[in-house]
Amino acid sequence: MTRASSKSSVSLPVANTDAAPAHDGCASCSVYRAANLKKLGVTMDTCDFVIALAGNPNTGKSTVFNALTGLRQHTGNWPGKTVARAEGAYAYDGRRFKLVDLPGAYSLLSTSLDEQIARDFILFGQPDVTVAVADATRLERNLNLVLQILEITDRVVVCLNLVDEAKRHGVTVDDRQLARDLGVPVIPTSARFGQGLPELLQSISAVATGEIVCRPHRLATEPDAIKPALSDLVAQLRAAYPDLPNARWVALRLLGGDESIVEALRTGQLGTLQASAIQETLSA
Amino acid sequence: MNEPNTSAAPPQAEAILASATQWRRRIHGDLHEHIVEAIYGRASNLADRAISRPGHAARPTFDRTLDRILTSRLWGFPIMILLFAVMFWLTITGANVPSSWLAWLLMDQGHPWLHGLFESAGAPWWITGLIVDGMYLGTAWVISVMLPPMAIFFPMFTLLEDFGYLPRVAFNLDRLFKASGAHGKQAMTTMMGFGCNAAGVIATRIIDSPRERLLAIITNNFALCNGRWPTQILIATVFLGALVPASLAGLVSAAAVTGVALLGVLLTFLVGWGLSRTVLKGEVSTFSLELPPYRPPRILQTLYTSLIDRTLFVLWRAIVFALPAGAIIWLVANIHVAGDSLAGHFIHLTNPLGLFFGLNGVILLAYIIAIPANEIVIPTVLMLTVMVTGSHDVGAGAGVMFELESNDAVHQLLAAGGWTTLTAVNLMLFSLLHNPCSTTIYTIYKETGSARWTIVSTLLPLVLGFVVCGLTATIWRLVH
Repeated sequence: MTRASSKSSVSLPVANTDAAPAHDGCASCSVYRAANLKKLGVTMDTCDFVIALAGNPNTGKSTVFNALTGLRQHTGNWPGKTVARAEGAYAYDGRRFKLVDLPGAYSLLSTSLDEQIARDFILFGQPDVTVAVADATRLERNLNLVLQILEITDRVVVCLNLVDEAKRHGVTVDDRQLARDLGVPVIPTSARFGQGLPELLQSISAVATGEIVCRPHRLATEPDAIKPALSDLVAQLRAAYPDLPNARWVALRLLGGDESIVEALRTGQLGTLQASAIQETLSA
Repeated sequence: MNEPNTSAAPPQAEAILASATQWRRRIHGDLHEHIVEAIYGRASNLADRAISRPGHAARPTFDRTLDRILTSRLWGFPIMILLFAVMFWLTITGANVPSSWLAWLLMDQGHPWLHGLFESAGAPWWITGLIVDGMYLGTAWVISVMLPPMAIFFPMFTLLEDFGYLPRVAFNLDRLFKASGAHGKQAMTTMMGFGCNAAGVIATRIIDSPRERLLAIITNNFALCNGRWPTQILIATVFLGALVPASLAGLVSAAAVTGVALLGVLLTFLVGWGLSRTVLKGEVSTFSLELPPYRPPRILQTLYTSLIDRTLFVLWRAIVFALPAGAIIWLVANIHVAGDSLAGHFIHLTNPLGLFFGLNGVILLAYIIAIPANEIVIPTVLMLTVMVTGSHDVGAGAGVMFELESNDAVHQLLAAGGWTTLTAVNLMLFSLLHNPCSTTIYTIYKETGSARWTIVSTLLPLVLGFVVCGLTATIWRLVH
């Protein structure tokens, strides 16, 4: 069970230089503003932005969640610990953020319930920012999911977690290179020790407010043979649902015969993309 | 919750679906596979560009060596069993002193004081009885029996979890689960069940195949939950520990509790095996189990969170159920119809049946009262035994959950109630094998959405419990 922290305001420790962000001089450095973090626990009646935490199992999503909200969602060193969504809130820089901790997933294409909960929230819950938590020690496998998230939404911040462990194993990840390749901010962190969280907060806020505009490099996943099919379906979807931001992805899933997307289309769930309406159905 | 939405799907939806189906027929090759390949290729490429391994990569030799031992075919199981036995032993021996201290405070001191307070305020006897002798004492019992073992057991368990040992347990058990026809991830949900079956049932969401998920849900009850550990520990200490010299008592009790827990795991396999060859036939899915790196547990933080969040949460739940249960116990023991109390009637009626199964009417009634929470079984059994045997010198009379200074007194009382070693052994077995608590039953219904499977999950362990208890009782009678 979660409890609100007794502290109303906590300043985070200054991150070490290895985890410094890729830009910004000292004057506007995010670290200076980290003291603006207010952990709000479960007080989330009004919020300016909804942030989703997604990632492979056991990469530290719940640890990041707890560090930002001041809640104590149970964390454990094994994959599959979070099977339902947990929600909490924090205020940063005068804005209120609702944080949703999603179950770990290896893929958004699979059929298990916990992975579906994660996918449905990113797709239908329309979070303002999706934080993809990735394990730096197992980067390649974690990137599979990050790339799938980038197929669904533009507004992504990659939280490259467990950099301390990666270093222990002799692995260094070039976060700047990765950020350039992915087209979204990549923040190295070590959430267990609070390192890199100020930068993470800053990036989430910047993407949410539109200060940073993500330009993810989409890969050409479709073979040439299906291009006409895809463009036909995308056109139809756009006509029916003008607000649908990821028509191409939905079209691909329809072509792949994904039952749950077919179902969402049939019940009209695709039509109502207000975050609040969908969140209620998800938690029902 | 609201309906998903009030507006129906737009008319275009069916048209879109129709053309999607049409296009799909014209596409050659596996689209899904193609997409997955493209993603994997790109991920591999990106990772290569971003990762560098300067100099000599420090090989994680410590993790590997430890894994080789903890998941070895030879040592995996003995280490696992030994580790859990040591935890039980520490819990049993460590909980004794604080338990009796709490009993002294809440019952020897608190109960007469509260009684006096109510009497001096001029409360009628039945108000005092219902609130002080029923609700207060029931709650006090639950706290003094449950708090110390939980405060010792949970932090140890959480430290193991934080360290990264649980996935290794799952790895060890995987082969057995596969052989039984169940999903290897069930090892995880079983581990969750050792804390709370309702949580274990929710945790089965990690299993994709509906068939294997049902297997995991139905057999989750065979993992002893928090509410049942205190019953096991107390009965093992009082009856089985008493059979051997005092120096060995702790070891023997710990061994007995470990044995019951292992029997639960064994039954998980047997029942899974039986179901997957009859009503739940199907292939075993493959999956990859990630063994996370060992991490030094953050001891202070773990102690704090497991104490505050886990221990107090479970204790709170126990108290919430103990309050009304205490009142019900007092009522059934004090409402008299046709010359006997309601409890008396039930116990006399069911006693022959109970004795046949090596139990007794008191235990059967206790298990009915304790359907909302297993935590209150022992207090209920003790209170009802006092009433039936009329041992007024030990307790304070009908319907009063009384104060017992030591485990010896529990033993004397239960022996006076006709308990033998068989009753104790069968109570431990029945505590493992009976219907899940009402919270778990409700959770099973919510997760499966099927009344039929909920009934199966509820009755199957109960029937099994009577069969196993009947067997031990028959063997006992043959030997004696």
